[in-house]
Amino acid sequence: MSVEKIAIVEIVDITNNNTPSTALVEAERIANICNACRYCEGFCAVFPAITQRRNFNEHDLEYLANLCHNCGACYHACQYAPPHEFSINLPQTLAELRAETYQKYAWPVKLGSLFHRNGLMVAIAVVLAMILLLSSLLLFQDRTPVFTQHLGAGAFYQVISHQAMVALAGTSFGFAIIALLVSFIKFCRANTITLAHIFSNNVLVKASYAAGTLKYLDGGNGQGCHTKDQSFSNTRRYFHHAMAWGFVLCFLATSVATLFEYSLDIMSPFPVISLPVILGSLGGLGLIVGPLGLIWLKIITDPKIISIKYLGMDYAFLLLLLCISITGFLLLGFRSTSAMGMLLIIHLGFVFALFLILPYSKFVHALYRFVALLKFYHEQAATKK
Amino acid sequence: MTIPSHANVLVIGGGNAGLCAAIAAQEAGAQVVLLEHSDQQERGGNSKHTRNLRVMHNAPTATLDNSYSAQEYLDDLLKVTQGNMDQPLTEFMIEQSATLLPWLQRMGIHFQPSLSGTLSLSHTNAFFLGGGKALINAQYLTAERIGVKIFYHAEVTSIHLEDGAFKSAAVTNRGFKQTITADSVIFASGGFQANKAWMKEIWGCVADNFIIRGTPFNQGTVLKSLLAQDVASVATPEQCHAVAIDARSPKYDGGIVTRIDCISFSIVVNKNGKRFYDEGEDFWPKRYAIWGRLVAQQPEQIAYSIIDSQVTEQFMPPVFPSMQANSIEELAQLIAIEPSVLTATVTQYNNALASDKKTAQYNPKILDQCRTQGLTPEKTNWALPINKPPYYVYPLRPGITFTYLGVKVNNKAQVLMNDGTASKNMYAAGEIMAGNILGQGYCAGTGMTIGAVFGRIAGEAAACQLKK
Repeated sequence: MSVEKIAIVEIVDITNNNTPSTALVEAERIANICNACRYCEGFCAVFPAITQRRNFNEHDLEYLANLCHNCGACYHACQYAPPHEFSINLPQTLAELRAETYQKYAWPVKLGSLFHRNGLMVAIAVVLAMILLLSSLLLFQDRTPVFTQHLGAGAFYQVISHQAMVALAGTSFGFAIIALLVSFIKFCRANTITLAHIFSNNVLVKASYAAGTLKYLDGGNGQGCHTKDQSFSNTRRYFHHAMAWGFVLCFLATSVATLFEYSLDIMSPFPVISLPVILGSLGGLGLIVGPLGLIWLKIITDPKIISIKYLGMDYAFLLLLLCISITGFLLLGFRSTSAMGMLLIIHLGFVFALFLILPYSKFVHALYRFVALLKFYHEQAATKK
Repeated sequence: MTIPSHANVLVIGGGNAGLCAAIAAQEAGAQVVLLEHSDQQERGGNSKHTRNLRVMHNAPTATLDNSYSAQEYLDDLLKVTQGNMDQPLTEFMIEQSATLLPWLQRMGIHFQPSLSGTLSLSHTNAFFLGGGKALINAQYLTAERIGVKIFYHAEVTSIHLEDGAFKSAAVTNRGFKQTITADSVIFASGGFQANKAWMKEIWGCVADNFIIRGTPFNQGTVLKSLLAQDVASVATPEQCHAVAIDARSPKYDGGIVTRIDCISFSIVVNKNGKRFYDEGEDFWPKRYAIWGRLVAQQPEQIAYSIIDSQVTEQFMPPVFPSMQANSIEELAQLIAIEPSVLTATVTQYNNALASDKKTAQYNPKILDQCRTQGLTPEKTNWALPINKPPYYVYPLRPGITFTYLGVKVNNKAQVLMNDGTASKNMYAAGEIMAGNILGQGYCAGTGMTIGAVFGRIAGEAAACQLKK
């Protein structure tokens, strides 16, 4: 019997009638071989999750795909990796399947697939559209404010009116939140994860800790993951921390700023020594170091273990974050000059574009990975009982 | 980079034993050249398929439970080899194994608690995080870092001795022939199981039906060259580690996943539909290494392990799906056995169970004595009736891991000559000398211990000799 014929147990497709994708069929073939081997059990959560099953349906495989952090440890340790006739490449297969889940659980699905096909192009188009939209607002008022120096409280709102800014930010961010929430619920349902599961057995705590520390990028023993060869390194983990925590700090900065304006009636721009600016600057630094480092790692990483065809959406998201941070710092640096107006428009263009793209971008990996971790810790607790 | 014409220490073979030897020698100050027959992707010999090594320890370690005394270790080896070993050398190896873990950890090898389904090994065997290939990767990275010169695609075709000492080796490197001389040499090139012609000399046509579980590069070329030049041999050529594996496995390098773990829950019949051995003799980890030989003794070297739907979840999932049928007759047709014969075998087996039902309760975790009575051969444990369809069958073939015929060594890993003297500059480690410890039989994890202990000693001794 040839290898191709191994255990392609019929894949039960619950959600639609499409034939299973190549990645899905391949993931099932590999999962069955991994389950007979189990050498990688100590690396991450994927392998203990595999050993809990004897068969793998579509949802099981999507779950495994989103548990995987693409660290490459199992590829380099695999006695069945190419040129072996079993030709096993779990990280790449799961990377492709993972990207497919981003499309499948996106809401609305059509927008998801548009972005997945042309991540970078779509991102550029959305940024340009937002900048154009913001610029067009200027048509409704005196043309001078954009190129004029503005100082003191409320300076930003002399370029873009407060109402317009709130309307645009509120709409794009509100849309992102709703779309992400729908995706989150869809993926939880597919994985049969309920609120009761999340809030029992410390599942939420364990999953949050694993997500926050990138526990499963540690190679099973703290040595980190692979990039260009068989050596281990924690570089990717550190850059990801810089980016993720930078993102969180910037989000906090915005929240604090909103609070200042609405509750304390302190209007932006805030002084350099103020909570929003300090939080935003620290976060902004993370959003420069992190994305730059991750882009560099993507360039040097062995292409065998990543999914080339979805690199566009990865780069789009990283570049967007990088541009937001750079334009943010430029705005901070030049806010008391006449360049402020244009810089504000460009910065906000990137920010609003990020909000709009968020539900279809690489950002969603955080969402699905978190659901997968919730499921993992729930299953572990259920098995122990 | 081309292979130099001379090395302080030449290591032949790039598996665990060779890498341990190369690293030990280089760290002790020698300039080491390591020749590996395979390319970079397939390097590591049989070591890439391993997952643990057996070490003595007097107290629990981070990944090993309880303790495993030298005496226990020796007893386990004496039992499986039936005393067919160099006992002083084995005792020496066991002692040396106690310091292996920290030494290997310094090479970047990580250990982990025993894998799921291997609980019975949790106090004897230290498991490599990620398995043998992860170990090999760490060893190669370490060797490269400290300056060992490693050459892939470098096949040693013959060894030239003079007066019982190593003179030079003939090497084919990417098609180019050359010779390399060395002050000392360490042979770590494995057994000869992948050499079909040699296997057929020993086994006859039976060897055509053997599947080689590991690397196709273990051709035994170096071993043969040495044994032809007055080097003393150990173990007999037909001795080897042989397990029953799935008959559908790849010809080489099938590794761990091809094993079939349901034998003790099944009945096993040969091509004639007859049972031939007690499937429930002992726990599977203690018996898996005898089944290769048992299947090899059957007509056409094939056997079939048959279970019913009651026990499908009680063993590790095999890599190839079972063949299944709703009746024994149908099942017999799938495996080309006369249906009436197989039906009779199953019926006889089921009938032999009926009388003793009350006395023993089926329990896969203990030797449950749930057995047949008056059957030849008996099944003495875990004997459940085979009567709940669907029925499943896995075809079995002998899977050869490695051969034991090797070169005789002393406790400095020095190669011994037929007159009993130790060669002054030849050392051996790993499967090529495993027969000193394992004259027959096998104990899980011993192969890697032999490789690491004698590799380390050989490397240190070879480097030390330079300074004299």
